[in-house]
Amino acid sequence: MTILRYAIYRFGTMLLTLLVVSALIFIIINLPPGDYLSNQIAELQASGQSAGVAKAEFLRKEYALDRPLWEQYMIWMGFMPGPHGFSGLIQGNFGWSFEFDRPVSEIVGESLWLTVLVNVAAVLFVYLVALPLGVLAAARSRTWVDYTSAFIGYLGLATPNFLLALILFYYGHRYFNLPIGGLMDPSFEGQPMSYEKMKSILVHLIVPTFVIGTSGASAMMQRLRANMLDELGKPYVETAIAKGMAPSRMLTKYPLRVAFNPFVADIGNLLPSMVSGSVLVSVVLGLQTIGPTLLTALKTQDQFLSAFVLMFVALLTLMGTMISDVLLVLLDPRIRYEGRET
Amino acid sequence: MTPLLSVRDLSIGFGTAEAVVRDVNFDVMPGQTLALVGESGSGKTISCRAVLRILPRTAQIRTGTVTLNGGKAPLILSQLGERQMRDVRGDRISMIFQEPMRSLSPLHKIGNQVSEVLWLHRGASEKEAKRTVLAKFDRVGFPDPERAYNSYPFEMSGGMRQRAMIAMAMVSKPDLLIADEPTTALDVTTQAQVLGLIKELQQETGMALILVTHDLGVVANMAEQVVVMHKGRVMESGPAALILEKPAHPYTQQLFNAAPAIPDQETVGLPMPQEDLILEMKAVSKTYTMRSGRGWKADKLIHACRGVDLRLARGKTLAIVGESGSGKTTAARIALGAELPDPGGQVLFRATPDGEPITVHEMSRAQRTAFQRQAQMVFQDPYSSLSPRMRIQDAMTEPLEIHRIGTRAEQRDKAAEMLQRVGLNADMLKRYPHAFSGGQRQRLSVARAMMLDPSLIVCDEPTSALDVSVQEQILTLLEDLQDSLKLSYLFISHDLAVVARIADEVAVMRQGLVVEQAPPDTLFYNPQHPYTKALIAAQPEPDINRPIDLKLVAQGAGSPESWAEAFRFSDAMIPSLVEMEPGHKVRCHV
Repeated sequence: MTILRYAIYRFGTMLLTLLVVSALIFIIINLPPGDYLSNQIAELQASGQSAGVAKAEFLRKEYALDRPLWEQYMIWMGFMPGPHGFSGLIQGNFGWSFEFDRPVSEIVGESLWLTVLVNVAAVLFVYLVALPLGVLAAARSRTWVDYTSAFIGYLGLATPNFLLALILFYYGHRYFNLPIGGLMDPSFEGQPMSYEKMKSILVHLIVPTFVIGTSGASAMMQRLRANMLDELGKPYVETAIAKGMAPSRMLTKYPLRVAFNPFVADIGNLLPSMVSGSVLVSVVLGLQTIGPTLLTALKTQDQFLSAFVLMFVALLTLMGTMISDVLLVLLDPRIRYEGRET
Repeated sequence: MTPLLSVRDLSIGFGTAEAVVRDVNFDVMPGQTLALVGESGSGKTISCRAVLRILPRTAQIRTGTVTLNGGKAPLILSQLGERQMRDVRGDRISMIFQEPMRSLSPLHKIGNQVSEVLWLHRGASEKEAKRTVLAKFDRVGFPDPERAYNSYPFEMSGGMRQRAMIAMAMVSKPDLLIADEPTTALDVTTQAQVLGLIKELQQETGMALILVTHDLGVVANMAEQVVVMHKGRVMESGPAALILEKPAHPYTQQLFNAAPAIPDQETVGLPMPQEDLILEMKAVSKTYTMRSGRGWKADKLIHACRGVDLRLARGKTLAIVGESGSGKTTAARIALGAELPDPGGQVLFRATPDGEPITVHEMSRAQRTAFQRQAQMVFQDPYSSLSPRMRIQDAMTEPLEIHRIGTRAEQRDKAAEMLQRVGLNADMLKRYPHAFSGGQRQRLSVARAMMLDPSLIVCDEPTSALDVSVQEQILTLLEDLQDSLKLSYLFISHDLAVVARIADEVAVMRQGLVVEQAPPDTLFYNPQHPYTKALIAAQPEPDINRPIDLKLVAQGAGSPESWAEAFRFSDAMIPSLVEMEPGHKVRCHV
C-alpha cells in the first residue's frame, strides 16, 4: 500500500514539474526576437503584398499573439479564455502550426505514436542487449569474452549513428531484403491500422532500433559491467560462494540484484536522450517520427508546434523518471523502508 | 585419532610473484578449536580460505594438500572438482566472515538468505527450511525469530547480523566452521556474547572450529590448539595452554608483550588535578532530531549526549570509553567546536593557564582560527584520513598554509622536523601515502596534527585500525610526545586495555550519559557501575585461566532498565553522578 501511495505522490510531483517545464518551454521559445507571423509580415511588407499582411494580422489576433507574453502562455495552456474561450493544452487543443498551415494535432498525429514506438523498441533493445552482455563481461572479466564485448561496444559507441544507419541499410537490404527508409510501406501511410500494416512497421523497425540503440546499449553495458565488478568484490558474494551456490545462480541472485539499481534509474535518462539523439537518424533514415518535425518547427519559429513537441518530450522524460523511481522503490527495500521503525 | 581436517605443505601465491603463504601445516581434530593467530599480512585469512578454495581470482594454491576426513572416504579438497567442492561448502564446512554489516546481501531478507543453505544442500522445501531456520534463530538468541526471518540486514544491529551469519553457517550442521575474525568488528560486550554463543553451539553439535584472529585474548577464551603465523609462515603451533603460558618463539613473545591488558593490581589512582584546566565541558547535551518524514508521526529525538561534564587538566589525558552509539564521538566533536552543543551547554578552552578562555560553543571567526591552531585531531582510519593524491609534504604543510605561517622553506623544514619526531625519515616527504604501512600512516597523521604546535589533541580511536604491535608503538609515541611537548589529550576509545595504559582519567559513557568516571587504576580495581563491570569482564584476556565472565557481561550490557535498582535510568528520570570517593564518580541513586 505504501507503494501505491508513493506512486500517487510521485504522479502529483510529476504534474507539478510538468507545469514548471511548460512555462520554461514557452519562455525559451519566445526568447528570440519576433515570432513566425511578425517575421512573415515583415517579409510580406518588404515585397509589398498587402493582402498577405492582412491575413497574418488576422492570425495574430486569432491566436492572441498581440497580447502580453504571460497572457499568451495562460491561453496556450488553457488557464485563461482566449479569443475562442477556453481552448488550450488541457482542453486538448494543441494549437495551430503556421508553417504547415494545419492544426498541430493533425501534423503530429501519427508520428507521435511512431516516435514512442521507435524509442520504446530502442530502449528494449538496449536493455536486452546490455543486460546479458554486461553480466557476462563482468563475470568473465579480463578474458577474451570481456575484451571482445568491450571492443564491439566501443565500436558501437564510436561509430556515428547516421553512418551506421547507411551501412546497415545497405547490407540489410542486400542480404536480408530489409526495406530502406521509412517506418512503413508508403502504401500504408494514412491508412487505418491493420495486420498487414503492423507487419510492415515491424519489419521497418529493425534497422532504426539497432541504429538508435547501439550506442546506448554499449554505454549501458560498460556501466553494468563496472557496477557488477564493484559488487563482485563485496563480502556478501563470498558468503554466497561459501554457502555452496553455483556461480550462475549466485551471480543473478545477489550481485546482479544490487547492480541493477542504477540500471533501472537510467530509464528516465534514456528516453529523452534517445528522442533528441534520434533526430539526425530520423532525417537520414526517413523515419516519420517527431524529430524532424521538431527541427523544422524550431528553425521557422513555429511556436505552437515546437512548444507542443517539446512538451511531449518533457512528458516522456518525466514519465520515464517516475517509472524508474517507482520501480526502484519496489526493487530496493532500503529505499522502501527508509525511516521505518526498527 | 584421525584429524577432521589436515593441511599439509600449503603454499599460496598471487600471479607469478613469490608465495605469500609457505609450507603451512595444521590439523583440526573433530570437535576442537584451532586458532590461527597473526597480524595483518600474516597469511592467516588466505590460508583458511584456501581450505574452501575461496581465494581472490589471481591467487592460486601452488602446492599442498587439504584433506577432509569424517565422511565415507577422505576428501582431498585441494584436488576436488568445482562441482563437488560446492557440495562441501556450506554443508560440511561453512564459514563466517569479519564484517557482518557487509557479509549479508542488503536486498534479500535474512530468512531467505539463511534458508538458502537448506534449499541448496538438503533440497528442503520452503516450509521445511523455514521451520528449521526459525528453530536455529531461536537458538542463536533472536528474541522474535519470525520477525528476524522477515527482516532485512540493514534493520539489525551488528551483533544481531553476526548471529544471523552464525545461524546461516550452523543450519546445515557442518563438521567444521571457519570463522574469520568473527568478532573484530563488534563492540566488546557483543564480542563476548557472540564468542560465548559460538562456544555453546560447538559443545552442542560437536563441530570443529577454525578461528582466525589477531587477538590473543580471544584465543585464550576459545582455542584448544594454536597456530601462530607471521609473513606467511607458521612460527609456532601447539596446545593453547602451552603456548599462552610459555610462548617459545620470539615472535609470539613479542605479540604477548604488545597486547595491552587491564592491570590487575590493587592500586588507587590519583584523581585528575582540578586546577589549570585546558578544556572544560559543562552540562553539554546534544540532541539530534530524526525526521519521521511523515506529517502525522512525531519526529524522533536522539540524545547523543546528555549533561556531559568533563574537565581536562593541562598535560593530562582524559579518555572517553564507550561502545558504538554511546555518544563518545559526539562529545569529542563538540569539544573541538565541530558541532554546537544544545543551548545551555558550555565548552571552555584555555590556551594558557591565565589567559581568557575561548568559548568553543560560541566562537567568533577570529576565535575559531585561533582555536584551530591550538586544538587538533588524530583520526581512526589512517587509510582514509590522508588524501591519496597529495604528497606527504603537501599534506603536512597544508595546515601552515591555511594559517599563513612561515615561508615555503620554513614550512618544509617544520614538516621534516615533525617527521623525525614521530620516528619517520625526512626523505619520505616526497612520497604519497600509499607507500606507507598502516602504522606509518598513523604516525603521519600524528605528525600532521602536530604541525601547528597545538596544546590539545583529540584522538578518535587512533589505534583501533592497527595491529597490536603497531598499536603499542603508536601509544608509546603519543606518550613521548605528551611528555616532551606538554600536550593534553582527549582520547576516545572503545578499548579499556588501551585506555588503562594512557589515560589519567576515564569517563565511561553509555547512551549519551557518563555512567562512571575515575582514574584508570581506581576504575579497574573497584568498578561500581554494572556497565563498567560488564565492559571490564568482556575484555578478553590472553590468560587461559581468566575466561570471560559472561554472566557479568549480560548483567551490565543489557538495556538500562535491566540494571540493578540503584543504577536504573529512563528518559524521564536520570540519577546524577555521585562522588563515591575522591575522583571516583558513579551515576546511581543514593
